[in-house]
Amino acid sequence: MKSVILQIATKYIKWLLVTFALIALLRGHNSPGGGFIGGLLVGLSVVFHSFTYYGAECVKRSLKIQPEAYIASGLLLILLSTLPGLLLKQSFMAGIWISVPMPLLGDFKIGTPFLFDIGVFMAVIGVTLLFFFTLNSIVRWK
Amino acid sequence: MYFFSKIDAVAGGAEFYQKIVWIPQAGIDFEFVLNGLTLAFALLITGTGVLVFLFSHAYMKSYKNLGIFYFYLFTFGAAMLGLVLSGNLIQLFVFWELTSFLSFLLISFFHEKEASRSAAFQSLFITGIGGLVMLAGIVLLGSVVGSYSVSQWVEHASLIKAHRFYLPGLLLIFVGVFTKSAQFPFHFWLPGAMQAPTPVSAYLHSATMVKAGVFLLALLNPILGGSPEWTYILTLTGAITMFLGAYFAITQIDIKAVLAYTTISSLGVLVMLLGIDTVLSIKAAVLFLYVHAFYKATMFMVAGYIDKKTGTRDLNELGGLIKSMPVTFFIVLLALLSMAGLPPMLGFLGKELIYEAKVQSPLIAPYVLVLGVAGNALMVAVALFLLFKIFLGKPNRSLPQSCKDDWAFVIGPALLAFLSLFFGIFPGLLGKTIIEPALNNIIPISYPVKLKIWHGFNTVFFLSLFTVAVGTSLFLLIYKSEKVLRIWRVANHKFFTIKLVDVFDHILSGFLAFSARKTKLIQHGYHRYYILTIFVLTSLFLWYQVYITIGWDLDNVFTLKPFYVSGLVVIMILSTIFSVLSKSRITTIITMGVTGYGLALLFMYYSAIDLAITQIIVETLILVMFVLILQRLPLFAKLSSKASRLRDLLIALSFGTVMTVLALKSINVDFNHPISDYIINNSYSKAFGKNVVNVILVDFRAFDTLGEVVVLVVAALGVFVLLKTRKT
Repeated sequence: MKSVILQIATKYIKWLLVTFALIALLRGHNSPGGGFIGGLLVGLSVVFHSFTYYGAECVKRSLKIQPEAYIASGLLLILLSTLPGLLLKQSFMAGIWISVPMPLLGDFKIGTPFLFDIGVFMAVIGVTLLFFFTLNSIVRWK
Repeated sequence: MYFFSKIDAVAGGAEFYQKIVWIPQAGIDFEFVLNGLTLAFALLITGTGVLVFLFSHAYMKSYKNLGIFYFYLFTFGAAMLGLVLSGNLIQLFVFWELTSFLSFLLISFFHEKEASRSAAFQSLFITGIGGLVMLAGIVLLGSVVGSYSVSQWVEHASLIKAHRFYLPGLLLIFVGVFTKSAQFPFHFWLPGAMQAPTPVSAYLHSATMVKAGVFLLALLNPILGGSPEWTYILTLTGAITMFLGAYFAITQIDIKAVLAYTTISSLGVLVMLLGIDTVLSIKAAVLFLYVHAFYKATMFMVAGYIDKKTGTRDLNELGGLIKSMPVTFFIVLLALLSMAGLPPMLGFLGKELIYEAKVQSPLIAPYVLVLGVAGNALMVAVALFLLFKIFLGKPNRSLPQSCKDDWAFVIGPALLAFLSLFFGIFPGLLGKTIIEPALNNIIPISYPVKLKIWHGFNTVFFLSLFTVAVGTSLFLLIYKSEKVLRIWRVANHKFFTIKLVDVFDHILSGFLAFSARKTKLIQHGYHRYYILTIFVLTSLFLWYQVYITIGWDLDNVFTLKPFYVSGLVVIMILSTIFSVLSKSRITTIITMGVTGYGLALLFMYYSAIDLAITQIIVETLILVMFVLILQRLPLFAKLSSKASRLRDLLIALSFGTVMTVLALKSINVDFNHPISDYIINNSYSKAFGKNVVNVILVDFRAFDTLGEVVVLVVAALGVFVLLKTRKT
């Protein structure tokens, strides 16, 4: 049973969910949120989209970046975030922060934990999507 | 060349030593020692190594994978050298195992042949297990001294000998030695190792690797030797091996098999001499080491050459080769004369010394002498038999005579045979330079070494005469009438029905079958039973622990909560019960979801917002995936029997209760400084984050998160692989 209203609404709701995910990722350090939650929200949006729209295989093919690539890039980002500590002669995975002055928002601090969080975000996206697409591929829809 | 240059210095009493520290806490360092004993072996290894490389250049020309072959051979030489130069026993063990492994690779070089593979496996298995047993012995005795350095052991030799670990350690080390040097009853892998290419047999299984055990005995003699256990065990085993090897050598058909069994016999001689442990016997042992290497390597290389030329190594087919291979005949004559112990070869000196040692040995002279004479007589017979059968007599017309004659084939054997002759006539050179320093290392007293050919008409001389006489008559008996040999072969076959090789195979397959049965029992593949085992055992252990340590009193843990929280908990409990009792699958899944969402609400009540959000999303995703899976299950469920449901209920209740009790109890257990204080205080100042949970995840405990992400990735990949590669 496909609902036309839901189908059309999904096109926008899906992007809403992704936005929520990005917001969760960015504010994770100071408010509830973080990499895991962001990644799960993106996964959720894809699941939602595939149920209401054309089915999971279609969604999978239309994805510009495949889940395995998400996983790989996530792990790579995590690895990269551990290296500045070594390069600056501190211990492995030491948190290195730099302060970026932005015109209206004041000083903006970014550092390796943030990079780590983005890596976790990507990896969790990939994992969730991989789970979902694989499970879906063995299902025979009646 | 390097080792050659050190001969003078070492003969003068010098000893070279170098140490590289490796794992000081465990007492394992790299210590390299160059003294008389090690130099003697090192020269042997490097000398025969050069000649074998030369020989294999000619022999292995037509085979592929030569690059790997030379790599293996070279690495083996290096490992063997490392073994003899070791000053630390753990280091020696490492090299020991390396040589076993490389021997395995070399034996199975013609890996297309099933026989090669199984022979290689057999050799690796036996020497490997022996090596491990030996390691146990080394560790045991090392714990007495407190170090694994040989020099330390020598210093504390009397301490070791008086300790109660002496006998077990000795026996364990003996097992290692016996497996490596092919002593009875571990000797049966050596004839199998003849599957290797002939240069390998010449190098490993005659001159170097099998002598490693002998080397260890010589090395440890100043420490462990001199006791009656040492003497009796070694002499007995050595003598039996010596006789058995020679006995079985006569009835073999393949030249290499004959050589293998005579090698076993010679190794037995060496072990026996080291067991007798008098100055004379050690002197004889070192001399015989070289004697044997000279003639055995020669014979192996010649056997390979004959194989290349005529295409066969079968003694029944060969004959009359003197006409086509005259030079080879001369070389073989020299080598076999040495093997038989006839003058003026070095072998004669060797045999004389051995007899002298046996005659003068204190306790066990009679049976050692008898076995020795019998063994040597057999060796004489074998030597003469080989000589006459291969080269003299009527040539076999049906054999191909290839015309290519490579000098590289001949130079190695020629040189070695010549050395047998040379040192036989001028033994002093060998004595002063090599044997004396080695002797001084094995026996802690200085003893000048004088070797000469003629000792006079004494007992030893008559023994030698007697041996040669018996041997020659035996040979004549076999050579003249072929029937005798054939009957002997059949008799052997019938008499020795229990062959050790078969015992080994039997034990191995029995062990494998046992392992397979046991694995099937425990790793049965039923997920349900795995979980059951985990739950039952865990609850039992936890019940036991709770009972012993904390006790059962549960006051001060229950506080009253607002009505909505308790209402929520009641709903959760009800939905759990409902999901267990419901008959429809969808209902079960959805009511389990209620539990999950309820948990999220509880998290929110306790202000764990991140946890709550994560729990809600994860619960949703899990519900979705469960519903997906549902599509695959059959429409009508087969409900399990009442009995198994009851069992499951009991287990679940028990496990759940014990976890509850544990959780309740943990409220009362307090630690002094909860780490949460530190984290809360420093979360903003050091890590610039106000969300403590997130800060813990990505900063304070980021390494754990890394591990968790990797686990997630592996799980996802696992799901992918398992589901995509199913056979539908």
